[in-house]
Amino acid sequence: MKKKFKLQDLDCANCAAKMEEAIKNIDGVNDASVSFMTQKMMIDADDARFEEIVQEAVKCIAKVEPDCRVVL
Amino acid sequence: MFALLLAAEHLLLPPLETAEGPGSAPASPALYAGIAIKLLYLVPYFIVGHDVIRKCFIGIKNKQLFDESFLMTLATVGAFGCGEFEEAVAVMLFYQVGEFFQSYAVGKSRGAISDLMDIAPEFANRENEDGSTEVIEPDDIEVGDILIVKPGERIPTDALVVEGHGLINTAALTGESVPREVKEGESVISGCINGDTLLKVQAVKEYDDSTVMQILELVENAASRKSETESFITRFAKYYTPIVVIAAVALAFIPPLISGNFTAEFSKWLLRACTFLVISCPCALVISVPLAFFGGIGAASKEGVLVKGSNFLEQMSMLDTIVTDKTGTLTEGKFSVSYMEAAGEMDTDELIRYAAAAESGSTHPIASAITEACKKPYPPSKIKDTQVQAGGGVKAIVGRDEIIVGKKSYLEEQGIETEDTLADAAGTHCYVARNGKYIGTIVVSDKPKANAKEAISAMLKAGVKHVVMLTGDSESVASSVASELGITDYRAELLPQDKVNVAEEMLSVIKASTKGKGKLAFIGDGINDAPVLSIADVGIAMGSLGSDAAIEAADVVIMDDNLTRIPKVMKIASRTIGISRMNIVFALFVKFACLILGAAGIANMWVAVFADVGVAVICILNSMRMLIKDNEQLKVQN
Repeated sequence: MKKKFKLQDLDCANCAAKMEEAIKNIDGVNDASVSFMTQKMMIDADDARFEEIVQEAVKCIAKVEPDCRVVL
Repeated sequence: MFALLLAAEHLLLPPLETAEGPGSAPASPALYAGIAIKLLYLVPYFIVGHDVIRKCFIGIKNKQLFDESFLMTLATVGAFGCGEFEEAVAVMLFYQVGEFFQSYAVGKSRGAISDLMDIAPEFANRENEDGSTEVIEPDDIEVGDILIVKPGERIPTDALVVEGHGLINTAALTGESVPREVKEGESVISGCINGDTLLKVQAVKEYDDSTVMQILELVENAASRKSETESFITRFAKYYTPIVVIAAVALAFIPPLISGNFTAEFSKWLLRACTFLVISCPCALVISVPLAFFGGIGAASKEGVLVKGSNFLEQMSMLDTIVTDKTGTLTEGKFSVSYMEAAGEMDTDELIRYAAAAESGSTHPIASAITEACKKPYPPSKIKDTQVQAGGGVKAIVGRDEIIVGKKSYLEEQGIETEDTLADAAGTHCYVARNGKYIGTIVVSDKPKANAKEAISAMLKAGVKHVVMLTGDSESVASSVASELGITDYRAELLPQDKVNVAEEMLSVIKASTKGKGKLAFIGDGINDAPVLSIADVGIAMGSLGSDAAIEAADVVIMDDNLTRIPKVMKIASRTIGISRMNIVFALFVKFACLILGAAGIANMWVAVFADVGVAVICILNSMRMLIKDNEQLKVQN
């Protein structure tokens, strides 16, 4: 399943790159992208664990940039 | 407050400095006052930098070292440690101001780019069964709903006109400024703006599947297909920060250790190391390159061209060869009569009347070209006994005459002798006979598009080395179209699978001859050339507004069928690459210069902050040129 999420207060381009890498490394993620320009995150992951993966991704984002929020 | 502290310190500093001399005297009241003043610096420091410090601690907790906030905090704390109180506060202040400008500039350019793509409808007027209308969200439209589009409103979803006719403006989607005429029964595309009349349309797609959503989706996803320049920068940033931080640690400890007098030298080198930490953030680079590409993609979509990824935009600037399909791409894709020659006492008007009458029963594209060219057709009641021989010709009784129209071989089979007066004319030759006697020839061909020649010369001017035309048509047709358009290289009589082979062969030749630096683009109409579109480095589909298959198969989609958009996009691509390279070179140059000067103790932390945030802001502004320049050009055109 592929889904897109809006990100709020994503302020740093380098952080976006770091988030993207961290999310890609989550188990079960086929592809992911965090776009600094469009302030959006795309996750393509296994259907079965999708919700779990999204929660993990949210944690990854909070780790890299504490102020950045995912609009779920 | 900061200024006040500076003033207070200058009043108190002279006694303090004398007091701190080697083998200093017991602490005087002035020294305590000095320390107190210095401690007061912590107040503005926390006011300005609390945010950064907070993020730094969260970062440490989350094991995110090499984080911008962490580095800035470390650098300023280091400066405090060296007794450089005002510098620490100033650097934090400068950094915050820079960050503010940076996010302001990014926000602005984001806004400017989304304005370029402002094609989404905001609402729809639905007509209910009882005749009342209500305003609904585009998301709530269901297939089959009747929608009212008032003058000046956007068509909310792909639909069919059920009532009314008028002009609609497709400029936001196609870049085409001439409005399109629509009437009952015709389909309209979401995002177009209705002209002066009221249209009643029936939704054929839900909003999520409409053309506008497709376009927005593509442009947004484009940012995730990174260009080589972008990936280079992300890779570079990954190593750059740790290396500079390690260099900073080395700079703090190694020179003092070597000097032998560690305690005396350490503070001086620690300060220089802090300068390194400030410069170690790679944000200027990481921001400015994608921004330039994003702007480039935005500028292209303003021209009615969708570029599906930054990588394709990058490759558009590196095109070595453009391979193009002929029918429907370079030519109209529609046959028309180009030459007529009547034999003996026959005149051409008479000739076309007879031919059109005989062909009127056929649906072949050539037959329709002939019937369309006839201004005074015979009434159908006068035509009878039409016989069509597939691949040969037609025979019919027109009035009292037997008319045969067909290939030379078809006429010869019937024992009719023909003449070849138009042998040089390219196209399909139709020979016409009346009552067994040859009366003339009609040549039917597919005309090149009006701007095809101009587009091809513009492509060559924009840096493409070869333009190659591929066609399934005969050699003579191909050579005539090629010479008319100024194309020197063409391959004729190709079957669809041959086109793939030719393209593959050319790809490998180009790869070898340019060492991978030259790219191959294929231009097609996206209907039957999907395999070639997908193997080319850049597959360009033409005239694809509303055609899902073409949008799917291609990398670059030209919404209308205007070939001149290709050289324009090539120019946008080159400018994007130019600006992003300029940003990279500028940012790297300033950073390395500051690193060297910082190590030598010439550049202080103020300069370093400039090298960090100042450069980022300058790079962002430079990327913004992508949009500004484009807007000016558009103004001139309009």
